[in-house]
Amino acid sequence: MNRRGRLVLGALGAVVVGVLLWEGYKAVGDPDGTMLFGTRILPRTDDGAMPHVWTILSRFGDPELSGGDPIWLVVLQACLFTLRSVALGFVAGGLIGLLLAVLMQRLRIVERGLLPYVILSQTVPLIALAPVIAGWGGRLSIGAYPWQPWMSVTVIAMYLAFFPVAVGMLRGLQSPAPIAEELMRSYAAGWWQTLVKLRLPASTPYLFPALRLAAAAAVVGAVVGEISTGTRGGVGRLVIEYSREATTDPAKVFTAMIGAAALGLAVAALIGFSEFLLRRRRVRA
Amino acid sequence: MTAVLLEGVSKVFNAGRADEVTALTAVDLTVERGEFVTLIGPSGCGKSTLLRLVGDLTQPSTGTVTVAGKPAATARADQEYGIAFQQAGLFEWRTVQRNVELPLELRGTSKRERRERAREMLDLVGLGDFAGHYPAQLSGGMQQRVAIARALAVHPPLLLMDEPFGALDEMTRERLQDELLRICASTGTSTIFVTHSIPEAVYLSDRVVVMSARPGRITEVVPIDLGPRTEATRQSPGFFTGITKVRRALRGEAVPAGATS
Ligand SMILES: Nc1ncnc2c1ncn2[C@@H]1O[C@H](COP(=O)(O)OP(=O)(O)OP(=O)(O)O)[C@@H](O)[C@H]1O
Ligand SMILES: [Mg+2]
Repeated sequence: MNRRGRLVLGALGAVVVGVLLWEGYKAVGDPDGTMLFGTRILPRTDDGAMPHVWTILSRFGDPELSGGDPIWLVVLQACLFTLRSVALGFVAGGLIGLLLAVLMQRLRIVERGLLPYVILSQTVPLIALAPVIAGWGGRLSIGAYPWQPWMSVTVIAMYLAFFPVAVGMLRGLQSPAPIAEELMRSYAAGWWQTLVKLRLPASTPYLFPALRLAAAAAVVGAVVGEISTGTRGGVGRLVIEYSREATTDPAKVFTAMIGAAALGLAVAALIGFSEFLLRRRRVRA
Repeated sequence: MTAVLLEGVSKVFNAGRADEVTALTAVDLTVERGEFVTLIGPSGCGKSTLLRLVGDLTQPSTGTVTVAGKPAATARADQEYGIAFQQAGLFEWRTVQRNVELPLELRGTSKRERRERAREMLDLVGLGDFAGHYPAQLSGGMQQRVAIARALAVHPPLLLMDEPFGALDEMTRERLQDELLRICASTGTSTIFVTHSIPEAVYLSDRVVVMSARPGRITEVVPIDLGPRTEATRQSPGFFTGITKVRRALRGEAVPAGATS
């Protein structure tokens, strides 16, 4: 209880510090930004570049366009739309990552041959990749259903999410001490039994950090995917749309950005909660 | 029938490389059914390696290893032996009870029988009250006892034990020695046991195999004949004679006539 209390306090403290930094810099900083040798190293502090925190917060309550839904509702709906891509991409990416890790652990040759490509896959710039995936998707259909733009976004989220799971789980599956592997060998346990009874349970300490990274990657992938494919409905699209209004309504784009950040936090919290449940079950068992 | 037969076995690690190690050379050893054989020798003389060869956890460079009349690999596949390593090697995500159940689980033993057998073995090693604990909550000696319980749980026809009592206090050690002898005698289990303690080797064994290092080899086999062990055995003259013999052999003195491997 005490630990949880401190955790909540820490989180609140971080928010307070963030707000103080924002407002503090806004108060003391040069409205034209801080220049060093002709380069602007700190942003402008005028209301157009850095609106007050309360302006941004109150903007959530105002309608998106005059007479429309309030902006919090619009942002929330957009986040939920994006969440679908995040969740599907995360699950599919996690499964693919797990499968790759198992394959790489099973066969040294596969590890040697595959791992460089797995790493290479993450160095391809997402901005370059997104239109390609959207382009391919446009020519596909799943049975009678035509390919939807959000599916491309899901694929991009998946593409980013599989990587931490593949690498983390490979390490986890390889983590048992030689003596534990020998013990399984002495029981004449086959590959599958060794996987289920030894490697998978031994890899849980690696699983959750990997899942947290994968969740964050899925959020980034989905948002950036929406931005670069121009998919309607998601929070990524809102960021683009609102940033066009930055000069007339500077607080608006921050609402979308806070929405995207909240989406990431919500997904991370979900992972944290499932880890907590698993831990508790193990202690009770 | 012989339980274990090693013929002309040698083991070279990293053969042909700069860090080549000859762990064992020209090892011939026979363990009869129901016999208790102890390996003793200086650190690094290849005792663990010998045990691992019998368990088919590593392969000999030359020679053959036969277990229960079969090649070592077949014997392992048939689960002819149980092993307790030098380190406990418990699965930290399993409770003590479930660690002991592991080999039974892999043999497809029913849940109820597993539970009963694990209980029985934990009581035997004096850890009945710790069944629900996790390995990290136990001391090193307690973990070692769990590993012993795990090795005994399947009642294997052959037991391979690598310094299992090394981390235990003297009282527990003596009690477990007696328990081990009782189990082995009542179930006809053959045992290869590694220890650094001369009294332990003499007390437990039908034969003490004395080894020396660089290269690892068997230098002498000391037969021990103390009859059934009782309270008095540890004070008997025969016990002390045995200790003296083994100590001499370890120093490389006076090879008694007729002591061949
Ligand atoms: N996997 C390995 N690779 C290389 N060398 C090894 C390996 N295992 C053992 N050795 C070497 O073989 C020799 C015998 O090792 P072993 O573990 O069998 O000794 P031991 O008699 O059990 O020693 P201790 O009493 O300290 O446990 C040592 O010199 C060791 O360095
Ligand atoms: Mg050893």
